[in-house]
Amino acid sequence: MVFETVCRIIAERIECDPESITRESTFRDLGIDSLDTVDLMMNLDDELGLELELDEKLETVGDLVDFIESKQE
Amino acid sequence: MLKGNTAIVTGGSRGIGAAIAKKLASLGADVALLDIGNEEQAQLVCEYCKSEYGVSAAYYSCNVADFEQTKQVVTQVSKDFANVTVLINNAGITRDGLVMMMNEKQFDDVISVNLKGAFNMIKHCSRQFMKNKCGRIVNISSVSGLSGNAGQANYSASKAGLVGLTKTVAREFASKNITCNAIAPGFIATDMTADISAENNPLAAQIPLGRPGTPEDIAGAAAFLVTSPYVTGVVLRVDGGLGM
Repeated sequence: MVFETVCRIIAERIECDPESITRESTFRDLGIDSLDTVDLMMNLDDELGLELELDEKLETVGDLVDFIESKQE
Repeated sequence: MLKGNTAIVTGGSRGIGAAIAKKLASLGADVALLDIGNEEQAQLVCEYCKSEYGVSAAYYSCNVADFEQTKQVVTQVSKDFANVTVLINNAGITRDGLVMMMNEKQFDDVISVNLKGAFNMIKHCSRQFMKNKCGRIVNISSVSGLSGNAGQANYSASKAGLVGLTKTVAREFASKNITCNAIAPGFIATDMTADISAENNPLAAQIPLGRPGTPEDIAGAAAFLVTSPYVTGVVLRVDGGLGM
């Protein structure tokens, strides 16, 4: 569920097919820099109704999904 | 000019902070004054902003050196006010003494308020700026940080630190329409400098413009930086020509 939401928001941002994004996709490969990652988190805040505070660098989409899921518990 | 925007001003109860708050209010900004312990004076500034300029204004007790407290206060301000887009990091203290006489606490206290305080505020406000797609940060540095000043190792180090912080923040956030600039006031007549009178300060006699600065002189420069979207990473000396 979180994974699908993340993929959709990333896909909207970089204008690609959500299906092409996997857990292993790195933000670098997707052309998303670290500041964009923060921006992305804020979009996800709104979508998921969370206040996510990013205090570590995330490399892959899977890292981000795991991070969000850990905060939802 | 700033109608619909909210400005957070730290150390806003008196001196340069109060003058900046009033100036930004005169341009239409709602103001949130953060200060530690000067509630009465801060409320007077709030009342002035409200009655003179018809903006909203409120005081928040906050020790900017406290990471968690700054987080809570910024969250509260964002709930109370719409569209926080301006941050003036003005809160500052002095604990002067020659290096050989300065103790650890004097050094740490000044760095904590003047430098870490600015970081804390920027860190927590940046989230709001990103959400609001606009941010104007002004850090009040000092000529002491650019040229050094005997008896102010802690203060000048903190103010020089603000210059580095300013430029890094300017670079990190430039693509997000968030600017960050610093003002380096020279010799300004405020409560903080009241014990250094113009007569016994040899620097004062060397000011080309022939007088100490006023808080309003600094407020004018702050208003310029806040309303100049194409200026970032600048350290603006406002010192009557002292440093040229």
